[in-house]
Amino acid sequence: MAEFFNGFLLPLIIIVLKILAITVPLLVAVAFMTYAERKIMGAMQLRQGPSLVGPFGLLQPFADGLKLFAKEQILPEGANRVVFYIAPMITFFLALVAWAVIPFDYGVVLSNINVGVLYLFAISSLGVYGIVMAGWASNSRYAFLGALRSAAQMVSYEVSMGLIIITVLLCVGSLNLTDIVRAQETIWFAIPLFPMFIMFFISALAETNRSPFDLPEGESELVAGFMVEYSSAPFALFFLGEYANMILMSAMTSILFLGGWLSPLPFAPFTWIPGVVWFALKISACLFTFVWVRATMPRYRYDQLMRLGWKVFLPFSLFWVVLTAGVLVTFGWLPK
Amino acid sequence: MRPVGKEGDEEAMAFLDRAARSLFLTELVSGLALTFSYMFKPKVTLNYPYEKGPISSRFRGEHVLRRYANGEERCIACKLCEAVCPALAITIEAEPRNDGSRRTTRYDIDMTKCIYCGLCQEACPVDAVVMGPNFEFSTENREELFYNKQKLLANGDRWEAEIAQNLAAEAPYR
Repeated sequence: MAEFFNGFLLPLIIIVLKILAITVPLLVAVAFMTYAERKIMGAMQLRQGPSLVGPFGLLQPFADGLKLFAKEQILPEGANRVVFYIAPMITFFLALVAWAVIPFDYGVVLSNINVGVLYLFAISSLGVYGIVMAGWASNSRYAFLGALRSAAQMVSYEVSMGLIIITVLLCVGSLNLTDIVRAQETIWFAIPLFPMFIMFFISALAETNRSPFDLPEGESELVAGFMVEYSSAPFALFFLGEYANMILMSAMTSILFLGGWLSPLPFAPFTWIPGVVWFALKISACLFTFVWVRATMPRYRYDQLMRLGWKVFLPFSLFWVVLTAGVLVTFGWLPK
Repeated sequence: MRPVGKEGDEEAMAFLDRAARSLFLTELVSGLALTFSYMFKPKVTLNYPYEKGPISSRFRGEHVLRRYANGEERCIACKLCEAVCPALAITIEAEPRNDGSRRTTRYDIDMTKCIYCGLCQEACPVDAVVMGPNFEFSTENREELFYNKQKLLANGDRWEAEIAQNLAAEAPYR
């Protein structure tokens, strides 16, 4: 019995607690992200944003969540019941599962695997399945068109995103996320690889279907795109998944380019602050930019989106991969 | 043929200019800078149920029936408002009272028909029917919007102060 407890049950309890320690703050962050988005966009449009529920409207996300879950679930006629309900679960699940490899501080990571970047990239690529399945299972033209757009868009931007990640990996010499952050102790990659940083961020916008690349949603022409037939809890799962993905992409940007948990200046008053705080601050800055861009840019047209992905980002990132590799080899800076 | 010489140079410069602008995302950055600067401007929101905007003294809101200072109702049942009402929202019945004065026995306004044109208050010779400053009189069912004399007189008592002020402000233009 003791052997069973020590050998199996205790590690299980510990890992479950660790998972909860990541997911619960993440979901709270998602809730407040929706609040922050509405507040920031309100401020940029000279409005107030939510201000009535709780102090400064801080309880608004919980009121919204409660409203969503209290609503009626509707299964559209002719919908594929199983796929229809699995799709939002996949989206939500994938948005959470990616956090397993994100290092919050040195050594503070659920699973420190050596192919962390590949894992993240694979998970974020799988995200398209939730959307395609939702669009297909809804048995609705709008949802289907939204899903098609989304599939094409996410695949297109993953290509350049992969090349951008390769550029970073060339400078690090490891696929381990902790190693990637530690390689930036001298200088954050955002500075030498500045164009890549900008392109990665724009690709992240496209990857998460955020404005100005929110064509899959496209409320002006597709009503609400792939999630048009969803209501109540499944819709809430899509919503949570989308925002969790945004936070994930911000975390990736922070790790790959902004030095993860490292403090911006490597001396006393800054290094006293724990790494988790720096990491959260960097993620918040990226998320602010997500919202800022949404408040500023109009939506891309579909052909412009494809042109940007394939004719601008792909050649440009390819050029930078070659350039970075060339510079590293020429000056002998290749990581050992 | 590509233009050569000075014209060609200018065209090349224009191309370089455009290319540099799009490469350095100048337009995106200036747009972002604009929205960022707006973030710190004062908000234009009016917290409606708690704050209200100013209303003109000519505002045509909910109808009231007014009284004289001694409590006698002003309406003399001349039926000019009923006649002028383009939406046929007003219904009046009248007969002489015991003291011999002519008064309404029924004065109904169907607020669902009313188009708030203000002709009734223009027509009234004794300033009895007036459209007051109240615009928050929505109800949860239709029947509550069929106002009778009692309701209109009650409105008059409630809004008399504001209405008297508005009428005084508008007096020079009448």
